[in-house]
Amino acid sequence: MLEVSAIGKTFHAGTPNEVSALRDVSFNLSEGSFLIIIGTNGSGKSTLLNAVAGTFPLDRGSVTLSGHDITKWPEHRRAKLIGRVFQNPYSGTAPNMTIAENLSMAARRGLRRGLAWAIPRALRSELRDRVRTLNMGLEDRLDNDIGTLSGGQRQALTLLMASWLKPDLLLLDEHTAALDPKSADQVIRLTNEIIKRDKLTTLMVTHSMQQAVRLGDRLIMMNRGSILHDIQGAEKARARPEDLLQRFEDVRRREQLDAPVAEMLRKAYV
Amino acid sequence: MTLLLGASTVGLILALLALGVYLSFRIFNFPDITADGSITLGAAVTASLLVMNWPPALATLAGFFAGALAGAATGLLNAKFRINGLLSGILVMTALYSINLHVMGKSNLPLLEETTLVTQSESFFGMLFGPGDVQVFGWEVDQRDAAALCLAAAMVAGVGMILYLFFRTEFGTAMRAAGDNPQMIRALGGSVDFILIFGLAVSNGLIALSGSLLAQYQGFADVQMGIGMVVWGLASVIIGEALVGSKSTGIVITGAIMGSLLFRLIVAIALRWGLDPNDLKLITAVFVFLALVVPGALTALRSRAGRAR
Repeated sequence: MLEVSAIGKTFHAGTPNEVSALRDVSFNLSEGSFLIIIGTNGSGKSTLLNAVAGTFPLDRGSVTLSGHDITKWPEHRRAKLIGRVFQNPYSGTAPNMTIAENLSMAARRGLRRGLAWAIPRALRSELRDRVRTLNMGLEDRLDNDIGTLSGGQRQALTLLMASWLKPDLLLLDEHTAALDPKSADQVIRLTNEIIKRDKLTTLMVTHSMQQAVRLGDRLIMMNRGSILHDIQGAEKARARPEDLLQRFEDVRRREQLDAPVAEMLRKAYV
Repeated sequence: MTLLLGASTVGLILALLALGVYLSFRIFNFPDITADGSITLGAAVTASLLVMNWPPALATLAGFFAGALAGAATGLLNAKFRINGLLSGILVMTALYSINLHVMGKSNLPLLEETTLVTQSESFFGMLFGPGDVQVFGWEVDQRDAAALCLAAAMVAGVGMILYLFFRTEFGTAMRAAGDNPQMIRALGGSVDFILIFGLAVSNGLIALSGSLLAQYQGFADVQMGIGMVVWGLASVIIGEALVGSKSTGIVITGAIMGSLLFRLIVAIALRWGLDPNDLKLITAVFVFLALVVPGALTALRSRAGRAR
């Protein structure tokens, strides 16, 4: 389904700010699986997601999705296969356009946009029905600008938009990180419902250990641009937040050990 | 009366410029200075073709497409070559100055003897109402003035309507979204580059159309006629927004047309009262500056007052 093979990306190459954000990352994802990606800040988890989405060109490696080699495809072309929800609730919707207009664009994701009416009558009633499933009372506010809604409501709508036409792959980039706990719970419940109902193949980046153990059937832990652990099947089902935190702690301790050594070397030679 | 009629006609013709500026400046948030060159380009192309005895409708259409080409060039520089938007416009505008001179062959091209859309609508008026002056609400109005006003009004109404309908199509909606949140429309499969290039082409096409009609109305095309026009269009859009006080597309389009009309009338009256025409561009620029700054300053003052309480 999704094959990521040996992809690498270095930002600011050749400058003092050089960062190896991805170091030859490879993994395969079978159809219908729900992969959680966790990692510390700067570990490359969001970069990995953006590499699949096509936000930047890769230095090395290839990405194949549903039999297409999409490595060279620009972002908007990949949108035909991929639905996305961003970390920032303001990123996924056009604030000065109405709920109905925003959703109508999702109904044409990856399709040709011509001179047909954006919101024909049939679509309008479908909009109402599907927005009602969010249970947020938004079905009566279809002509309000999205900018007037809360972050949680916007994120729920973005989720609905990303999955309006069943995507081959759904990308969720810490999509509850910017929400208050109550909205975050609501959006997570909705996420789970939609993924289960449509059997969506999903990549989800998260900061929350709770989400990481509760959701998904596979978990990847990243560190410094590489995959550190890949937990699947029964082991994933058994994993508890404490186990994951323990593994983070191990990483931290190893790196702390490195830091004084590096400092010593710097003092001795620089 | 003739003064008001003339000012209204020019106001309506420049409303097409305002619509073009609205598209680039408000929809895409793109400060597109190409306008200064493309309005002259429209005038130059139409005038040269009219001198070669082309049918006026075709010559006008050619003016529109020439402007669209110029807009597409600016879009291409910005989207494909990643040149700053303002600079892209400046480059194309500068290039257009030479191109316009080449198109016209000299710096001023008179259209005194040629058949234009204006003379055509004048003879159409003559067929409808017979020869001589036309009665409008009891005023005797010169037939040419009345015909030109009706022509301009019809053009603006048509273009405004098409634009309004266009913004409600799939592609038009995507265009508004590309200006509002490019990341979002990209994630939904819209090519922001293509949409921007197309949008700037339409914008400059409308601006060139405005120039083409202006040349036919005033009876000449001049290589200098575009200077400061983008600011003029911007002023019209801002006045329009203040008039209608809404962000909804259809209403803002109507507002821009009304803004252009009102602005031209104010200027005509001010000139009549003895305003030095040389000061016109300075006053326009200061006006746009105030219109951009004052609303924000007012909000800041108000919120400060609110906090003090």
